[in-house]
Amino acid sequence: MKHDPLIPMLGVVTAIRTDTPDVKTFRVTGADGQKPFIHIPGQCAMLSIPGVGEALFSITSSPTEETYLDFSIKKCGCVTAWLHQMEVGQQITIRGPYGNGFPVDTELTGKDLLFIAGGIGLAPLHAVINYCRHYRDRYGKIDIVYGSRSKQDLVDFPEITEQWCKESGINVHLTIDNPQPDWDGHVGFVPNYVKELNFDTAKTVLMCGPPIMIKFTLAGLMELGFSREQIYTTMELRMKCALGKCGRCNIGDKYVCKDGPVFRFDQLDELPDEY
Amino acid sequence: MKKIAISKLNDLFSAISKEKVLYIPADDGANQARFTPWQEGLTLTDKLNTVRSAKDLFFPQVENLVNFKNSGKAIQIIENRTEPQPFVLFGVRACDCRSFDILDRVFLSDPVDTFYKTRREQGVVITLACNRPTETCFCGVFGIDGADPQGDVTCWMDEAALYWRANTEKGEALTAALPMLTDCAEEAIDPIAAKIRSILSKLPLNDLDLTGFNRDRMMELFNSPQWEDLSQSCLGCGTCTFVCPTCQCYDVQDFDDGQQVRRFRCWDSCMFSDFTMMAHGTNRPTQKERFRQRFMHKLSYFPNNNDGIFGCVGCGRCLQKCPIHMHIVKVAKALKEDLK
Ligand SMILES: Cc1cc2nc3c(=O)[nH]c(=O)nc-3n(C[C@H](O)[C@H](O)[C@H](O)COP(=O)(O)OP(=O)(O)OC[C@H]3O[C@@H](n4cnc5c(N)ncnc54)[C@H](O)[C@@H]3O)c2cc1C
Ligand code: SF4
Ligand code: SF4
Ligand code: FES
Repeated sequence: MKHDPLIPMLGVVTAIRTDTPDVKTFRVTGADGQKPFIHIPGQCAMLSIPGVGEALFSITSSPTEETYLDFSIKKCGCVTAWLHQMEVGQQITIRGPYGNGFPVDTELTGKDLLFIAGGIGLAPLHAVINYCRHYRDRYGKIDIVYGSRSKQDLVDFPEITEQWCKESGINVHLTIDNPQPDWDGHVGFVPNYVKELNFDTAKTVLMCGPPIMIKFTLAGLMELGFSREQIYTTMELRMKCALGKCGRCNIGDKYVCKDGPVFRFDQLDELPDEY
Repeated sequence: MKKIAISKLNDLFSAISKEKVLYIPADDGANQARFTPWQEGLTLTDKLNTVRSAKDLFFPQVENLVNFKNSGKAIQIIENRTEPQPFVLFGVRACDCRSFDILDRVFLSDPVDTFYKTRREQGVVITLACNRPTETCFCGVFGIDGADPQGDVTCWMDEAALYWRANTEKGEALTAALPMLTDCAEEAIDPIAAKIRSILSKLPLNDLDLTGFNRDRMMELFNSPQWEDLSQSCLGCGTCTFVCPTCQCYDVQDFDDGQQVRRFRCWDSCMFSDFTMMAHGTNRPTQKERFRQRFMHKLSYFPNNNDGIFGCVGCGRCLQKCPIHMHIVKVAKALKEDLK
């Protein structure tokens, strides 16, 4: 019997961390306790609870983690709600890895990197950031702009403050939408903050977040003098197969699940504006 | 070239079905032709083509992919798939036969869809030249020859005989098991083919000209002002996608039968409003975008990715079935106006 790519393998949830009121991070291994597969930062996997459904999530852990995959998941529907109420030890099904991922070992090496994330948009970038931290000497300076509605909505807050913020060569710029008593950092939306920070245009940008953030931040970056070839983003569309076959994520002559989800903006310019 | 008398067709079908499961296009009693498993007494339809295309046999409307059993925190994956029986599909028209090439490019490209692949491996395709192409046929636009279809075996029919030519190893192997086929001269089919070609040359839609539908015109086609009018009366019923031999979009759904969770793959349609629905809305909010997707995919996106091969075979099913009489020829002609 041939194994079909639509048929998943078993996985086990070995740890669950509550990040924000609606985001939890799940650590997943194969049923044998090993890492289910090897991935590239920015790639995704299909997780499923049989009877509830299957959904696609970015792998948030770096490929350099040898025993597990992490997923940061926002509760927004059937599958995600089910995942949020389960306990450690629960088996799930998993298939992947899917998508192209970020060109960490080609186009990005030797570059100064600027990561811009909004909300759950940190998920795919988290894998890249930790990969770059692991192979620190392959990349130039790293800047991270990360914004959320409130302090409570910042995913991975302890890791950011205790690890990222303390490393030399990494500048973390956090922002929240509205002032709150226990926050002495920046307040304001990501697009404005990016403009205020006035980054030098030699950087390569990796951006992920809600469509509205992407739109205004892109405009801001263009104003600062960045070109579209320098800016990468990930696209999110409805997906079912993640194999480039079910037709759902088709935009122009690309299948976002296979040819993406990572695109440079100059590549997106060649596609119909339907995302 | 081989032949057999029409009066002996029953013997031929009987012999084939001793080897493999045989499907032939037969009337279903409701004035429609369908591919039906042959059994003693079943005769060929005289209708030009089946209502549903031959893709059903390789990519069925619903199929069970895998089952699961949930118990507590544990999940059991139950791979219950059965290998398809070897089968013969007799009477496939030239257009539907080409549709397999198109589906192959989708399902056999990496990562290979093994459900489709095993059916393709197990299936022998016997095509039948179209004696009576009709006004909704425009296969010629795509370089398909209704008088000489592809397939593992090609057949032609006149009042007296069925002519049989094996084209592939699979076709040869089947032929070798059918001693009732007798040798005949290649020229036997010439008058049949000539008659068919003379009908084909007069078909009203066969003059559709798709030059200019290139990769570099993709955005121009996408942004055409024509979509507004063309899509206006589309009901989003999805009929065109379900009867189309090249439409391949699918959905995956779970069904809990109380004992097990059964995971199914089933046809879906880009014409449906929930096809691309996400938590933050859909990227194709009106029927205009959905309608445009179906036709852009066939006329531009698919050929861009597949050496210029269009994702339509001119079978005419969508022309016959659409409740508002919209169809791909109308769309292509309207877009073409704009390209000038
Ligand atoms: C490439 C990619 C990467 C992703 N990475 C992450 C991630 O790292 N973390 C995360 O939390 N989410 C991620 N998502 C979104 C995630 O797939 C959806 O939140 C999930 O499919 C919703 O499933 P559900 O069963 O909970 O919702 P459903 O019950 O299916 O639906 C609830 C609502 O969500 C909509 N929905 C269905 N599919 C999607 C989708 N693909 N995207 C958005 N909304 C959808 C439905 O239309 C409905 O409105 C990613 C999506 C893609 C395409
Ligand atoms: S688009 Fe219409 S004519 Fe073309 S292959 Fe599909 S059903 Fe046939
Ligand atoms: S084009 Fe016709 S058949 Fe297709 S969805 Fe619209 S109304 Fe239905
Ligand atoms: S999700 Fe099926 S084609 Fe991309």
